Amino acid sequence: MEISVIIFLTSGLFLGWALGANDAANVFGTAVGTRMIRFSTAAVVCSVFVILGAVYSGAGAAATLGKLGAIDALAGAFMVAFSAALAVHMMTLAGLPVSTTQAIVGAIIGWNLFSGTATDADSLTKILTTWVVCPILAAVIAIGLFKLTTAVLSRAKLHLLRTDAYTRLGLLLAGAFGSYSLGANNIGNVMGVFVPTSPFTDFDIAGLFRFSSTEQLFLLGAIAIGIGVMTYSKRVMLTVGGGLMPLSPVAAWVVVMSHSIVLFLFASQGLENFLASYGLPTIPLVPVSSSQAVVGAVLGIAILKGGRGVKWRVLGGIGAGWVVAPAIAGIVCFIGLYFLQNVFDQKVYAGGPGGGTTAVVEYTLPAK
Amino acid sequence: MIELTKKISLFGRTRELEGEIDDFLDKLSQCSLLFKIAIKVYLNEGCTDDFENKLQDVNKMESDADHLRRAIETKLYAQTLIPESRGDVLGLIENLDQLLNLFEGSLWAFSIEKPEIPSEYHNDFEALTDMAVQSVESLVLASRAFFRNIDAVGDHNHKVMFFEKEADKVSTKLKKSIFGSDLDLSQKTHLRNFVEHIDNVPDWAEDVADRLAIYAIKRTV
Repeated sequence: MEISVIIFLTSGLFLGWALGANDAANVFGTAVGTRMIRFSTAAVVCSVFVILGAVYSGAGAAATLGKLGAIDALAGAFMVAFSAALAVHMMTLAGLPVSTTQAIVGAIIGWNLFSGTATDADSLTKILTTWVVCPILAAVIAIGLFKLTTAVLSRAKLHLLRTDAYTRLGLLLAGAFGSYSLGANNIGNVMGVFVPTSPFTDFDIAGLFRFSSTEQLFLLGAIAIGIGVMTYSKRVMLTVGGGLMPLSPVAAWVVVMSHSIVLFLFASQGLENFLASYGLPTIPLVPVSSSQAVVGAVLGIAILKGGRGVKWRVLGGIGAGWVVAPAIAGIVCFIGLYFLQNVFDQKVYAGGPGGGTTAVVEYTLPAK
Repeated sequence: MIELTKKISLFGRTRELEGEIDDFLDKLSQCSLLFKIAIKVYLNEGCTDDFENKLQDVNKMESDADHLRRAIETKLYAQTLIPESRGDVLGLIENLDQLLNLFEGSLWAFSIEKPEIPSEYHNDFEALTDMAVQSVESLVLASRAFFRNIDAVGDHNHKVMFFEKEADKVSTKLKKSIFGSDLDLSQKTHLRNFVEHIDNVPDWAEDVADRLAIYAIKRTV
């Protein structure tokens, strides 16, 4: 493999690292922040399940991003991922609940504009609708789940200590599920843009199953996410603990579950096939923001408690995130591509000027 | 898998701790019943062997409860259990333990100072003791509810307040009649001390019930 390929992939790995550092906190933040689960336990469980989710069911949501704009040159993919990472970093500094999802979409559109590729309107509408639906759906699920849980708990009359023990186990299982869903739903953000230009080739393992180039790419991205979790997420987790609204451990469990269910719904090809086979409307497979799913779920619980403690500023932040993050990423990407093409003489889209690598490999869905 | 076995063993430790908290509350309840019997024995027979035996029983129970309290507190913090409410549980257990100290201290005072209580005050002393013990019994039920059935805390708490008020009425009446009598001032003040020894119990129980009500609100929010 050429050195330049590795250099170009680093921006994706950087984005993966940032995702792991920030979004793992959505899954395990409340549990670790309230000391219900040790950080080391959370980090190991999170990394393992992120990798499983990404490799096993990451393809669905990634394909939608691929349709939005098939980045066909590695240098272009590098700039798309890099500008997304930069936008996420800037929004995080501004304290807004932003995610890689919004940034990467903006960056892809920036690439489309630069390369003169038409943006797929269908995919774009699908993605934008999902962003609005995601926090609302998380809120609705959180309300239902919270009512159900409190009803069950008050009927079960468990001892305070027993409730505590079950809640710990519940948080760990919900965290594992959340990490799996995060990997499945968000790996597309990290590695999706590299799929059409994947430098890897498919190979068979002992003739039993096929390890596609996409899966290899996703594995690499997921490992970067895992490293982000291990190295940097602890501080974010401890901040998220009581950040939005003070939550009881049971409410924290409801939030993690709602977040995980939402991410799972928008990533599961199995569910899509199941719904389609019964002629039911399917849920689009789109990368959604895990931060906004968490904020939605917390707001759901706040609404249930009479709207007290709702931080309207945070709510405004979500709306701003829908517009500002893609805009920043798009602009940075456009300018960056200009420099990459004209100053560094790199080919940032197939058929464009410049030299460098254009290792185009056909897009492959993971073998089922 | 390792994590899972840890969790299963955690349930085992949880059960053990639940048992210890129940034992502690049992000891408090039994102590209050022993106190009632001991006062009755003292009023009827004076400082007899029977009374001293009851005092020793209370003594032993108080020290057993101390051991349990330390074990519970250590486990709560060493195993980082119930991070949200362990401070409240710690406060509750320590305040309940103070009731055991009050029972023990009061009986020791009877044993050492051997107050002479004229028979016309016996009924009121018994009534006062009865109110004190009932307030503690209700507090024990409220505490059990705090652990198992948070909604029922209020159902027991209001009784603690009720018995405290009644005990106040009896103790005021008793003090008035003591100081209105022809007894020596020294005996009057001596008797007043013993009225207060007993009356301190429902007063403290009420303070604990007030805190318990707040702990319960914190848990339901």
